[in-house]
Amino acid sequence: MTADQILAVIRDELARLAPEVDFDTADHNRPIQQEFDIDSMDFLNFITALHARLGVNVPEADYAKVATISGAQAYLLSRTPG
Amino acid sequence: MPSLGADMEDATLIEWLAKPGDKMKRGDIIAVVETQKGAIEVEVFEDGVLEEHVVAPGAVLPVGAVMARFRGVGEAAEPRPAAPAPAPAPAAAKPAPEAPSPVRPPPAAGPRASPAARRLAEELGVDLASIAGSGAGGAITREDVAATARAPAGKKAAGLDFTAMRRAIAAAMGRSKREIPHYYLSHTIDIGAAQDWLAAANAQRPPAERLLMGALFIKAVAKAAREFPEFNGFHVEGEFRPSEAIHVGVAIAIRGGGLAAPAIHETADLALADLMAKMRDLVARVRAGRFRSSEIADPTITVTSLGDRGVDAVWGVIYPPQVAIVGFGRIVMRPWATDGGVAARPTVCMTLAADHRVSDGHKGALFLERTGQLLANPGEL
Repeated sequence: MTADQILAVIRDELARLAPEVDFDTADHNRPIQQEFDIDSMDFLNFITALHARLGVNVPEADYAKVATISGAQAYLLSRTPG
Repeated sequence: MPSLGADMEDATLIEWLAKPGDKMKRGDIIAVVETQKGAIEVEVFEDGVLEEHVVAPGAVLPVGAVMARFRGVGEAAEPRPAAPAPAPAPAAAKPAPEAPSPVRPPPAAGPRASPAARRLAEELGVDLASIAGSGAGGAITREDVAATARAPAGKKAAGLDFTAMRRAIAAAMGRSKREIPHYYLSHTIDIGAAQDWLAAANAQRPPAERLLMGALFIKAVAKAAREFPEFNGFHVEGEFRPSEAIHVGVAIAIRGGGLAAPAIHETADLALADLMAKMRDLVARVRAGRFRSSEIADPTITVTSLGDRGVDAVWGVIYPPQVAIVGFGRIVMRPWATDGGVAARPTVCMTLAADHRVSDGHKGALFLERTGQLLANPGEL
C-alpha cells in the first residue's frame, strides 16, 4: 500500500467519526483525539476500523505512535505489504 | 404510545417498521417515534402479529394513545368489519387518553391557557404570550404549545433534533434541581490496579474486543448498587421505589451538543466483554440518533464519565425520577501516599450526587467506597 492509499483510509475513517472536521486543514501532527474532538470510544473504533481495513492490529502499547495522522500513516505504512 | 420517560407527554410517529400481518417477537422494533430525546425505536412487548396500523406517520400522540392493533400469540383474532372504517375509532384494549384538561379562566392576567398547556409551556420554554390559542374563547391548548415548540425545528443531523434535545435536557434538569434535594460526595482512589488489569486483558484482544475503563466503572457501580438499593430506583408519587433490576444509564455526549443517558439492561449481571459490546453498540446508535424505547425509559441509576480528555471531577445532576448519579473524572497522575512514601499514581475522582429524600451521606459514602473497592479488584468485576 502506498502512503496516499493509507492516508485515504485514515481520512475515510475519521470522517465517519467527525464528519464536520475538515481533514485537509486539520493539523496532522497534533493528537487526533484533540484535533477531531473524539473520545476514547471513538479512538477505539478508529483502531478497530484500521484493523478491519488494513489488517494492522495496533496494540494498546502502540497507541502513542498512532496518536497523530502523520504518526499513524508512518506506522501503518511500515506494517502493510508493498 | 408507550411512556418513554417520566417527562414525556406525547410523541410523533415517524414511520412504521412493521406492516399488518407481520409476525413479531418481543423486542422487535415496530415503529420509530420522535420525542424530545430524539428518534426512538419502539419495541413490542410480546410475541404476536401486527394486525393493523391505527395511525399514520406524522400523527402526534399522547402517551397511552392507540398506535396499532397487535394480537398476542394465542389471542383470538378480533372480528373485523367488512370494510375498513373511514376513520379509526379510538376504542381499543387501552383506554383512550384523557382529553386535555378543560380550559379554566386564568388565575391572573396573561393569556388564557389550560393548566396542562401552562405546564408544557414551562417545560418547553415556550412563551405563552407568543401563541395564538385555538381553544374555546381563544384559550391556548397543549397542542398549541406543542406546535409552537415544534415550529422552529432545530438543525437536524443524523436523526437528532438538537433544539428539542436541549429543551428536553432543560426540562429534566430544571425539574431535578427544583425537586430533588441533592447531596454530594467525592472519593479519589488509586486506579492503578484496574489500569494494569485492563492493559493485560487488552494485550490479548483484537481491537474489536478491547475493553475501555468506562466499562469497568459502569460494572463497579452496578455491582455496588446491588448492595445499596437506596441508590437504584425511582422517586415517584412522594415515595422511593427501589428497583429489583439494575439498568445503568450511561451518559453519552452527542457530537454537536446534547447528551442522552440510555440504559444498559441488567448491567450487574453482564460479563465485562458483553457490557463493553453493548456500550459500543449503544454509543454508536445514540450518536446516530437511534435508540430503543426500553433503553431510554428505564435507567435505574446513571453513570457519567468524563473520559480521558475530561477534567478532574464531574458533579452530576440526577435524572428524575432516578435518585443517584455517579461521576468519574479523568484519570490523572497524582502524588499518592503509599507504604510510608509518596509515589506518582494514576488516580480517579469518583463523585456521587444522591437524593436526600431517599438516602443520607453516610450510606452514600459507603456506596461510593464500595464502588472504589470493586475497582481495586478488577479481576472480580
